[in-house]
Amino acid sequence: MTHKLSGDNLTLIRGERCLFQDLSFALESGGLLILEGRNGCGKTSLIRAIAGMLSLEEGTVYWDNEPVDNQRQVFHGALVWLAHRTGLKGDLTLVENLGFEHALRAHSKRDPEEVYERLGIARLKKLILRSLSAGQQRRVALARMLLADVPLWFMDEPFTNLDREGRQLVMELVEEHCATGGMCVMAAHQDVEIDAPTTKVRIQ
Amino acid sequence: MSEAPREIPGILAGLVATAKRDLLLAWKRPGDVLNPLFFFAMVCTLFPLAVGPSAEQLEFSGPGVLWVAALLATLLSLNSLFITDFEDGSLDQLLVSPQPLPILVLGKTLAHWLTSGLPLVFVSPILAITYRMPLSVVGVMMLTLALGTISLSLLGSIGAALTVGLHRGTALLSLLILPLAMPIMILGANAVSLAASNDIYSTGIWALGAYAIASLSLAPYATAAALRISNE
Repeated sequence: MTHKLSGDNLTLIRGERCLFQDLSFALESGGLLILEGRNGCGKTSLIRAIAGMLSLEEGTVYWDNEPVDNQRQVFHGALVWLAHRTGLKGDLTLVENLGFEHALRAHSKRDPEEVYERLGIARLKKLILRSLSAGQQRRVALARMLLADVPLWFMDEPFTNLDREGRQLVMELVEEHCATGGMCVMAAHQDVEIDAPTTKVRIQ
Repeated sequence: MSEAPREIPGILAGLVATAKRDLLLAWKRPGDVLNPLFFFAMVCTLFPLAVGPSAEQLEFSGPGVLWVAALLATLLSLNSLFITDFEDGSLDQLLVSPQPLPILVLGKTLAHWLTSGLPLVFVSPILAITYRMPLSVVGVMMLTLALGTISLSLLGSIGAALTVGLHRGTALLSLLILPLAMPIMILGANAVSLAASNDIYSTGIWALGAYAIASLSLAPYATAAALRISNE
C-alpha cells in the first residue's frame, strides 16, 4: 500500500514574523523529506504544522490526497512523532513507557525484544528512565518509533544527544524504513547522509 | 510494515491506558498526591483552634470550612495536571495520538480525581468529627464532596489546559476556575448545612449531580481544544 503526504501553499505567521510562505512539498512512500534551515528559522514550527499540531495561516496538508483535518485519526494513526523532548516518563521503566504507547496504537507485529536488542537497550528494561543517560533515553524513543510500526515518521532533530554510533543507527533505521515503503519527514540542521529518495525543503 | 490497515484499539482502551499510566506515576511520586491532602487536613484542623472550641460555632461553620478547604486543595492539585506532560513532551505524543484527545484527557482527569478528589472524600469524615458533625450528616457531606470534586477536576482540567504553556500560571488558573467552581462549593456546603439542621437537602445533591454530569459531558472537549490551542 503506498501513501502520499503533501502540503499545498503552506503559510505560517508567528507574531509579526512570517516563518514561511507558499511552501509546497510532496512525499511518496519510500521517500525522505528533509527540512533545512538555520536555528530558529521555523523548522520545528513547520514539522509541527505538518503533523497537525499547529494550525496554519493558509494552506492544507494532505494525507493520501485528503486534507488531514478531515481525517485526523487516520492520519495520526499512520504517524509517529519523535522530537527533542522524548515524551517518555522519567519515573516509569522502559517497558511501562512503551506499554502505554502500545495500548493506544494498532498492535504491531514487531517483536519488542528484537527491537530492544537492535537498539542496545535490552539490558535497561527494568530501570526507570530517569536513571538512563540522555542518549539512552533517545534510543528508547527510537524503540517506540519502531514498535509503532507505522508508515510515516516525523523526526525533529533526531540526532540530538546521540553518539556517532547512535547517529549511524538512526540513519540506518531511516534508510531501512524508506526501503520497505515507509516515509520520513525530518528537520535537521546537520548534514544527513541517508540513501533514500530525498526531497529537501529549505526555510529562509 | 504490514500491508492491511490495522485496527486502532477502542476508545475505552485509550481511556484506561491513560488513567493507568497517571495512576502509576502518582504511585511512584506519592508526594504530589499527599500535598493537597495534607493542606486539606491542615486547614480543617487549624480552623477550630483559631475560632475557639465552642460546640455551637463549630457545628455551624463545619460544612463551610470543609468545603472551602476541599475546593482550595483541589485547585492546588490541578496545576500539575498537564505541566509535567508538557515539559517532557508527552503532551505532544497525546496530541498526535490516534486516539481522540478528549478521551485521553478524560483518562487523565479520571486519574486526577482518583488521586485528589477521592482521597479528600475518604479523609473528610475524620475531620468532620472535629466539627461535631453527626454521622448521618457525614454521609451527606461525603456524597456532596464526591460529586463536587468530580466537577472540580473536570472543570479544573480546562483551566489547567489553558494555562499549561504559561510558566507559573497557578494564579490565573484559580481565577479562571473559581467562577465555575463557586456554585459547586455553595451547593455542597449548603446541602450539608441543611442536612445538619434536619432540613430537606436532596435538591442540592441533585444539582451537584447535574453539575457533575454536565461537566463530564462537556469539559473533556473544552480541555482538548484548550490543549491544542496552548500547544501552538
